[in-house]
Amino acid sequence: MKPVFVSLPVLLALGACSVAPEGQSIHDPYEQTNRQIHEFNVGLDRALLRPASQAANTLPDGVTQTVTNFADNVALPGLIANGILQGDVKGASTNTFRFVINSTVGFYGLFDVADIIGLYEEDTDFGETLAVWGVPEGAYVELPVLGPSTERDAVGEIVDMLYDPLGNWVTDEQLAYGTAANVADKIITRGAFGNSVDSVLYDSADGYAQARLLYLENRRYDLGQEQSDAYIDPYADPYFDPYEDQ
Amino acid sequence: MTFALNRRTFITLAGAAALLPASAFALSSDQARQLVDALVAEINATIASGKSESAMIQDFAGIFDRYADVPIIARTAMGVDWRRASADQQKRFTEAFKGYAARKYGGRFREFVGGRIEVRDVVTVPNGVEVRAMAILPGQAPFEVSFVISDGSGSPRFINLFIEGVNMITSERTEIGAMLDRQRGDIDAMIADLQKAS
Repeated sequence: MKPVFVSLPVLLALGACSVAPEGQSIHDPYEQTNRQIHEFNVGLDRALLRPASQAANTLPDGVTQTVTNFADNVALPGLIANGILQGDVKGASTNTFRFVINSTVGFYGLFDVADIIGLYEEDTDFGETLAVWGVPEGAYVELPVLGPSTERDAVGEIVDMLYDPLGNWVTDEQLAYGTAANVADKIITRGAFGNSVDSVLYDSADGYAQARLLYLENRRYDLGQEQSDAYIDPYADPYFDPYEDQ
Repeated sequence: MTFALNRRTFITLAGAAALLPASAFALSSDQARQLVDALVAEINATIASGKSESAMIQDFAGIFDRYADVPIIARTAMGVDWRRASADQQKRFTEAFKGYAARKYGGRFREFVGGRIEVRDVVTVPNGVEVRAMAILPGQAPFEVSFVISDGSGSPRFINLFIEGVNMITSERTEIGAMLDRQRGDIDAMIADLQKAS
């Protein structure tokens, strides 16, 4: 839509990315603030998201699946654009085929026909694009409402929200349907993984630290980054503790 | 959603694999794969058994015991504090950890009814052999579950598992560390908490 508006905050934010010291797997200089935001997010979950997701769980699968399909489909143009920016020809092609098939045969994306023929979504975002371009991960941050992130991924999330290529083809009103479906999809997902999310947010001795670790490990895995602490040999030195003070 | 992936973590623990003959030689890829195949078959059978949740948790505790090197996982989860624990505390902690892991991970397995785990790839890693599998659950995109197998205990056992990159050992190390912090480093109090935790 208006990439010019995006570029200034992006550049400012990237310039401010803090770089983790060598060999440190968790870089969290804003921990105190992050923990306050985490408390806020947990409160938000308890008051709104969790009850809404429990209500969503009572809906028939056919209804929730249709909403999820629609939300996934309207997100595809953004995924395709990021795939192209990353030079990921295979991912961008797969997502393009998905979009074409599901938007037509799948009746505006309400049915996920592409999944049935084994054409699975290649998930990506602008945070990954930045990673491919060599931007460092930066510090861990927990964002209000959006949850765990890093400085690099936070910029990515903002860019993905401000610039949706779908806006080139549909009206603002139609775009709003997509956004509504996206919010509904988040609620449905929270419900589908209800027990597991509850386990992290409410049962863990330190839900903040658990959420941080899960996010970073999963994100680095998605981005194909080596994780130096993944293959420690416990028999070699079971007492060695690379995670001290976490 | 970020938090959603955690559920995949729970699948993993499910795994515990079959006992194989101990070998004096380094663990082979075939041995690791056999272990995971047997482990996956037991998990799938338990999920499909239709038992009550508490009966399933008992089954998973047994599987965990037979397929995983529970003492080394417990010790690694406790980290440096293991060194200052007495022999009695170490023993009680290991027992408590076993029950905690079965409750935490086993309790969620019933959510995987109708799904299956398929082994895809076996690779050598610095601490053993990693068996990579895909979990295929109805209505969800397939995701990767992988088991790290080592014979460091004398027989092939799994010593760690990953779900979409999320590492059981680092996750439990963080959790046990937080429990200790909450009790100001009191190991006995932490063990008491662990006996109740899930």
